[in-house]
Amino acid sequence: MPREFTPKVVTANALLEGDVVYLTADDRWTRHLSEAELITDEAHAQLRLLHGEGQPDHVVGAYLADARQGLDGPEPVHFREEFRRTGPSNYRHGKQAETRDV
Amino acid sequence: MYDYTDFDAAFVAERNRQFREQVERRINGALTEDEFKPLRLMNGLYLQLHAYMLRVAIPYGTLNSRQMRQLAHIAEQWDKGYGHFTTRQNIQFNWPRLRDVPDMLDALAEVNMHAIQTSGNTIRNVTADHFAGAAADEVADPRPVAELIRQWSTDHPEFQFLPRKFKIAVTGSPNDRAVTRAHDIGLQIVDRDGTIGYRVIVGGGLGRTPMIGKVLADFVTQYDLLPYLEAVVSVWNLLGRRDNKYKSRIKITVHEHGIDEIRARVEERFKLIRPSFSGVDVELFERIKAAFAPPALNTADTAAFDAAYAADPVFRSWCDTNLSPHRAPDHAIAQISLKAHGATPGDATAEQMRVMADLAETYGHDELRISHEQNVILPHVHKSDLPAIHAALKEAGLATANIGLISDIIACPGMDYCALATARSIPIAQEIATRFEALKLEHEIGDLKIKISGCINACGHHHVGHIGILGLDRAGVENYQITLGGDHTQTAELGQRTGPGFSADEIVPAIERIVHAYLDYRDSPDEAFLQTYRRIGMGPFKTALYEEAHAHAAQ
Ligand code: HEM
Ligand code: SF4
Repeated sequence: MPREFTPKVVTANALLEGDVVYLTADDRWTRHLSEAELITDEAHAQLRLLHGEGQPDHVVGAYLADARQGLDGPEPVHFREEFRRTGPSNYRHGKQAETRDV
Repeated sequence: MYDYTDFDAAFVAERNRQFREQVERRINGALTEDEFKPLRLMNGLYLQLHAYMLRVAIPYGTLNSRQMRQLAHIAEQWDKGYGHFTTRQNIQFNWPRLRDVPDMLDALAEVNMHAIQTSGNTIRNVTADHFAGAAADEVADPRPVAELIRQWSTDHPEFQFLPRKFKIAVTGSPNDRAVTRAHDIGLQIVDRDGTIGYRVIVGGGLGRTPMIGKVLADFVTQYDLLPYLEAVVSVWNLLGRRDNKYKSRIKITVHEHGIDEIRARVEERFKLIRPSFSGVDVELFERIKAAFAPPALNTADTAAFDAAYAADPVFRSWCDTNLSPHRAPDHAIAQISLKAHGATPGDATAEQMRVMADLAETYGHDELRISHEQNVILPHVHKSDLPAIHAALKEAGLATANIGLISDIIACPGMDYCALATARSIPIAQEIATRFEALKLEHEIGDLKIKISGCINACGHHHVGHIGILGLDRAGVENYQITLGGDHTQTAELGQRTGPGFSADEIVPAIERIVHAYLDYRDSPDEAFLQTYRRIGMGPFKTALYEEAHAHAAQ
């Protein structure tokens, strides 16, 4: 039986900075998961992933990551994505220390 | 101290120039990521979870003060003010931006450093005993042969597309501090009736399928060494499996074909290629050896040391744990712990790097070493200078007296940085260290090595930890498997799994139960953890781990 599709976001690392970015519904790359497009349809997800992969001059390694709707936009499902949207736990470096946007 | 030849300097400069252009071409779109990735990996540049990471080789773990200061400068200029020393005698910078990397590589080249062959399916940075050239128990300094191997292997045309990466470690002492039995090739320098030669150990490795290396040859002379190594790598290059990356390392080749067949094939190949080595390699070896001539040690009396040792308990405790015997009895090998309780194992700030550089310059013949245990070493210090060194270290937060103790933990970057990780390692190390510091137990416990990896790749050497911890992802939750009885020395052994793993909340109490079981069962304070484990076996530890936990839960 095909597995039921779970909501996704398109995420990648920025080419120049290397940090984590997410694809928004209006085709921008944002540093904030909360601004990402939460994709609930499988066919649409594949299209959006292709769109992300088609921008090798901006991002590296685009993939679909599980996410769920939270109070303030998409939230991670897996702890790996939680670290990616926050930064390392041993120092206040990475996203948790920055608020700037692209 | 040795230095680059013009050839080396030109070689590295040319590589950096090429890489600068490759980065430019990647940014302007002329290179795709698929094309660029192998190029950046060849130059030590990875893409991790939150940023790029630049891995810089510290060949045979040896640095001088100028190089250490340059690392400090790089950390401040292009990173976040610190660097991470790894189990492979590398330093990693965790936050470089792509555009800055060529400048970082140029800055490294200014001090004869580079990031070549820190990655990719090549012969990697050759590692050596971090006490090389200083240890009381040494037959010969392993660094000249490590350098010889590096020159032979760097850009060796036959070995640029090996089935997989290939790691070589060298020890010059019978007490193996270089983990030679967990490398593709481990070399041990041995003395046979006054002639120096090499015991060749092959097929060790950790990772998914851990194996302890086997002796391929008991004694290979200096004249035969490079052709012999070339024969080994050639045989594997042909036999090694390229169809399955989990079966491609030489340990699997040795396992599948058997050590005797590999030996026969190596000897056959060796006969064929031996005549093409004209002896130039031995002349080169002699030149390199001269460049590693030992420093002229100073003589002074050790009264100041004796007085401080008698008077200052903090200094005494540091000496008792952090010093090792030097071949000159009035000298010592001093280890600087990068494992302050609660700190990230292996991290040093730019400020701390400068303090260590100053100490090396003032008191240590300008030599620093990086150990695979993620600490820094002053290999040649006169005992009379130790009180001053200790005072300076204390001020810089570098005087933790815990070398070889439970808080001197090896931990890989794990999921805090590494894109391959299945769980975090650093916070587990921090919590264990903090917990045992609070219990004030670690000196009582004595020699105990905990090693933590954040995935099955085992960069944290967990299989050979007395207590090994492997972080896994179990249905979306971090879970930690424990192994006991691992040993990374000449009596190398792989640890055995205790049973089901523990959650992040349970792992520190679980380690505590193991340690308490050891304290209960040991014969005397002289019986170290590993000895007790070997004497009583897994049973009592399993009981402590699983049944006592159960009993507590049921209360
Ligand atoms: C830092 C310590 C180093 C020392 C003491 C050292 C020493 C030497 C010496 C003595 C030679 C022989 C040159 C000759 O006989 O003309 C040599 C050649 C060589 N070095 Fe280095 N070197 C060092 C670093 C490096 C580095 C960083 C690289 C590049 C990654 C490198 C790659 C090579 C190669 C490939 C050769 C062979 C040249 C040939 O084909 O003739 N070496 N080095
Ligand atoms: S062991 Fe795994 S998590 Fe740790 S550094 Fe290696 S690849 Fe990354």
